[in-house]
Amino acid sequence: MQTDWLFIGIFLAIGLVFPAVPIVLAYFISPHKSNPLKNDTYECGIETVGEAWVQFKAQYYIFALVFVVFDVESVFLFPWAVAYKAMPFFMVFEGILFILLLVGALVYIWRKGVLEWA
Amino acid sequence: MSITLPQIIFLVVAIGTLFTGVMVVVARNLVHAALWLILSFFGVAVVFAMLEAGFIAVVQVTLYIGAIAILIIFAMMLTRKVMNDTEPQTNSQWVLSLVVAAAAFIGLAGLLNATAWSPLQAVSLEGSVAQLGRALVEPNQYVLPFEVASVLLIIALIGAVAIASEKN
Amino acid sequence: MPTFDPANIFMWAYKFLGWWLTSLGLAPEFVLFVQLFAAIGMLATVVLLIPIFTIWLERKIAGRFQDRLGPNRTGPYGLLQSFADVLKLLTKEDITPHKADKWIFNLSPLFGVLSIITVWAVIPWASTMVGADINVGVLYLLGISGLGTIAIMMGGWSSNNKFALLGAFRAVAQLVAYEVPMIITLLIPVMLSGSMSLQSIVKAQGQMWFIVLAPFAGVLFFITSIAEIGRAPFDLLEAESEIATGYNIEYTGMKFGVWMLQEFSHAFAVGPLFATFFLGGWQGPYATEIPVLGIVYFMLKSFFGYFMIIWVRSTLPRIRIDHLMSLNWKFFVPVSLLALIVTALVDKAMSEFAPGTGVAGRAIVLFTANVLLVISVIIGIRNAAHAVRVKEEGDDHAEHGDAADSHDDHSAHPAPAH
Repeated sequence: MQTDWLFIGIFLAIGLVFPAVPIVLAYFISPHKSNPLKNDTYECGIETVGEAWVQFKAQYYIFALVFVVFDVESVFLFPWAVAYKAMPFFMVFEGILFILLLVGALVYIWRKGVLEWA
Repeated sequence: MSITLPQIIFLVVAIGTLFTGVMVVVARNLVHAALWLILSFFGVAVVFAMLEAGFIAVVQVTLYIGAIAILIIFAMMLTRKVMNDTEPQTNSQWVLSLVVAAAAFIGLAGLLNATAWSPLQAVSLEGSVAQLGRALVEPNQYVLPFEVASVLLIIALIGAVAIASEKN
Repeated sequence: MPTFDPANIFMWAYKFLGWWLTSLGLAPEFVLFVQLFAAIGMLATVVLLIPIFTIWLERKIAGRFQDRLGPNRTGPYGLLQSFADVLKLLTKEDITPHKADKWIFNLSPLFGVLSIITVWAVIPWASTMVGADINVGVLYLLGISGLGTIAIMMGGWSSNNKFALLGAFRAVAQLVAYEVPMIITLLIPVMLSGSMSLQSIVKAQGQMWFIVLAPFAGVLFFITSIAEIGRAPFDLLEAESEIATGYNIEYTGMKFGVWMLQEFSHAFAVGPLFATFFLGGWQGPYATEIPVLGIVYFMLKSFFGYFMIIWVRSTLPRIRIDHLMSLNWKFFVPVSLLALIVTALVDKAMSEFAPGTGVAGRAIVLFTANVLLVISVIIGIRNAAHAVRVKEEGDDHAEHGDAADSHDDHSAHPAPAH
């Protein structure tokens, strides 16, 4: 088991280095003629207006929050699913109760209009 | 006592995680602080993996880095227009806080050193995730906290409703 | 010396390397490191070179779908086209926008590709060939895709460009949203095989592929994976026909090449994942006796999956961002949870009350349950659409006022009491 995680660790290290090779290669091959106009931010050909922050919608945050809730739910469900084969019926039902509680909450927030992109 | 390879790896990972933790607090740019936080989460996940708690390591990466870090970054970009902290890094009470922190560290280190730790039982790790799953729904184990956790998640969703209605 | 085994040639090479290094008298830990480095180096190289082939394949097939030839000038049948593109990207100037965050700007493409390559660490190629058979393989895949979303967010933010930031937000919102039904549909193969390790899931499909036992979940997984990779009809992230191309707008030269590599590698990774979870991975006739044959079956199934992705891409128009999000939260999430509940109940009911059913019987029962589920979902959608249409017609009639009264006589009769 330790060898497996070592494999993944080395894979992560090599996976970070391998794509860097073409970038470094490109650094040597490509021209380096920078001028202020080229380094300017791209805004469909017009001059930039204002700083690069966006007054963006709270909707993004709400979607991320709903995602966190469902992510935690599915992480709870993974051990349940692994132990599924040897479980008696009522234990399966307990897991399904867990899911149904969250489906109920999803229907609630749907009805409240939280999921509108607006 | 000769030092073994797992110990070396653990030392490197631990020092790295501590360093990233310090950088979270010290970094001036807020988004940089969030990225250092992600690296420290990753360090903790590596420690879990070294302890052969593979499930917890992966849960750490999935939940903390994949969900909570994204939530933090979204929240930061929603509420702050200025990302750079231009105030001084320390305030006038830094000497007292240093003394308190050092005392806490010495106390804890002394306590950990003085305890007679009994050696852990070697348990078979086969099917540990299945055992966890079984324990989550076993009536005389953890089924009640399991269902209460789902209620807790419902509360979080209701919180989302509160935020949405507030914005309207 | 390990005996030469042609049917299992890669594992033999691995063991041979270990034996040869140990016979040179090196420490066992060092030997392990070198073995792992060699294996990972080869795997990473193969994984990074496959997109060069699949890009050519995709352009040819997409061209054929659009009744044209695709690249056919560079090399025979245009095979050298990808190499020409890579050479061109290598020689382009690397422009970093001023005030961009240099470290994050340069590291984001690397993290993006990292999150895709490391998926291949757990995918089983043959009955004896798997990189790291960790017992939490499925959850590991999820964690890695979370890392990919962070990379996109950082790429968009560090460009110091409003469009890049907005594109990154939308991309992350889409990726994060479609991860939920993907995770839920992945619970079904885990349930049916009793383990999270991908090799065990493939081995559990020895007699019946999971696509037969859970076809609805398979199709859902496929669709949400297409949304995860940002392909049509969900390709609002790149929006090729629009000017502001999203989060990688400020990347030039080879860094842009690396983002494109990430996109194509991700697209190709869906095929093997779908094959592993639902189509039986490397399973096939004689796959356990001759492991190398397992690689052939696996590649055939993954390319079939990739062909389906190109087919879907060439056929369907793009979905708008608000339709995309409501499709996910209002359709995919409840429906995938429903599929999970139905599969769990039916399978457990079968094993409790009819423990003797063989593989075929179980397959028939589960397949029928899935078909009934699909029918009820379609009926549900039809009723919901009908209700929406009736409501809109009611609104139209209210607007038209008196002129609608004569029409109402036909539809306003209350139904006789049943």
